[in-house]
Amino acid sequence: MVKLLEILYLVSSKFLSGVARKYGDNRIMNLLFVKFEWATKKPMFGCQMCGQCILHETGMSCPMGCPKEIRNGPCGGVRTDGTCELDPKMTCVWVTAWENTNKMRVFSQKIDLIQKPLDRRLKGTSAWINQSR
Amino acid sequence: MTSQLQNRLESGIFTVTAELTLPDSSIKDELVETALKLSPYCDALNVTDATSAIPHFSSLAAASILLDNDIEPVMQISARDRNRIAIQGDVLGAHSLGIRNIFCITGDAVIFGDHPDAKPVFDLDSISMLAAIEKMTKDGCFMSGRKITPKPALFLGAAANPFAPPQSYRPHRTVKKWRAGASFFQTQFCFDLQIMKSFTEKLIELCNGKPPPILAGLGPLKSSRMARWLRDKIPGVSIPDHIIERMEKYPQKDQAQVGLEISKETTENLKLIRGISGIHIMAYKWEQAVKDIVEDTGLSKNKRLP
Repeated sequence: MVKLLEILYLVSSKFLSGVARKYGDNRIMNLLFVKFEWATKKPMFGCQMCGQCILHETGMSCPMGCPKEIRNGPCGGVRTDGTCELDPKMTCVWVTAWENTNKMRVFSQKIDLIQKPLDRRLKGTSAWINQSR
Repeated sequence: MTSQLQNRLESGIFTVTAELTLPDSSIKDELVETALKLSPYCDALNVTDATSAIPHFSSLAAASILLDNDIEPVMQISARDRNRIAIQGDVLGAHSLGIRNIFCITGDAVIFGDHPDAKPVFDLDSISMLAAIEKMTKDGCFMSGRKITPKPALFLGAAANPFAPPQSYRPHRTVKKWRAGASFFQTQFCFDLQIMKSFTEKLIELCNGKPPPILAGLGPLKSSRMARWLRDKIPGVSIPDHIIERMEKYPQKDQAQVGLEISKETTENLKLIRGISGIHIMAYKWEQAVKDIVEDTGLSKNKRLP
């Protein structure tokens, strides 16, 4: 399943970034991109529209789902059963990220990357357009 | 002036650090009094930054006061309360006061503290904070690229929790922190030596035989009730059942002594684990415990190598 997601992500972001490179500056296209990204990634990954997507580098588990928004791995407070210290009903996004990473083919090494802090100006914009720039 | 902690760890001498409980007052003497109870037995003292999301005496001010009293501080900075602008400024200020050891943590969530209505900052996380401060020391510039002259010289530390899930990822995360700039680590309470051992083994493997120094966290338990409370209420603390059962065999008044015995045994065992460079004692409002552990395990200063 996660291998399929990985390929889907690879293909779709390549394609969409290509489209964005051509039409991203157009205001209407920009709006469409934002809406489309939100409509697809929100139900699938709980996307928060940070505008700087690193899903493929974090085991296809969105780090913005972490209440501390840690983009560089799990905090020390993960409960023994793998749930979040802040929400016992939620599995830690990094527990999922690590499980998935071990099954992934293309991006499995990416979890070791040191992620830069978020650029807060990009919130609410399309990561596909931002990637293409 | 360089970090004595750094010198000590780099020369491979078994090191002792402890956490200083910061007061809820503005009186300097109270802080110094507690610190002086610990300092003869420790190489450096950690001053926490609003631990458990509860405001206490400022870590920057406390670190400076410790230096005035010839005690080496490890100043903690939590990403919970400060954004990147404030953190970088504090780092320069700390350096100017003579503080050389900075410990970067993401920080406990605000809902665990007594101000659950506060705004959590988390502009950076521990790793991006380490990378930012490393940039200041190595490249001599702020995150923006603006120059800092002269460059501050700092010894950066970070936390590790080998006991929390996903356990197989924990060594990788430690390596990531190391690559980001952390030169030493202090761990969460260690009660399970087996997990600690597999953690350090994997770490040594990932670092090609040259891992960063790890100070194993030690938490002397005052009672079985406290042990249960820590295990159940503090996220990321794992205490095996046999430890609690062992304490419960004794009446309440003797349990603190058993807790100390467990800490001493753990210390003796930790000394034998390859990759462990020392211990970090977190004995909340129990300074005597630090003295006892250090003295009874042959780690007191006069017995140590110079």
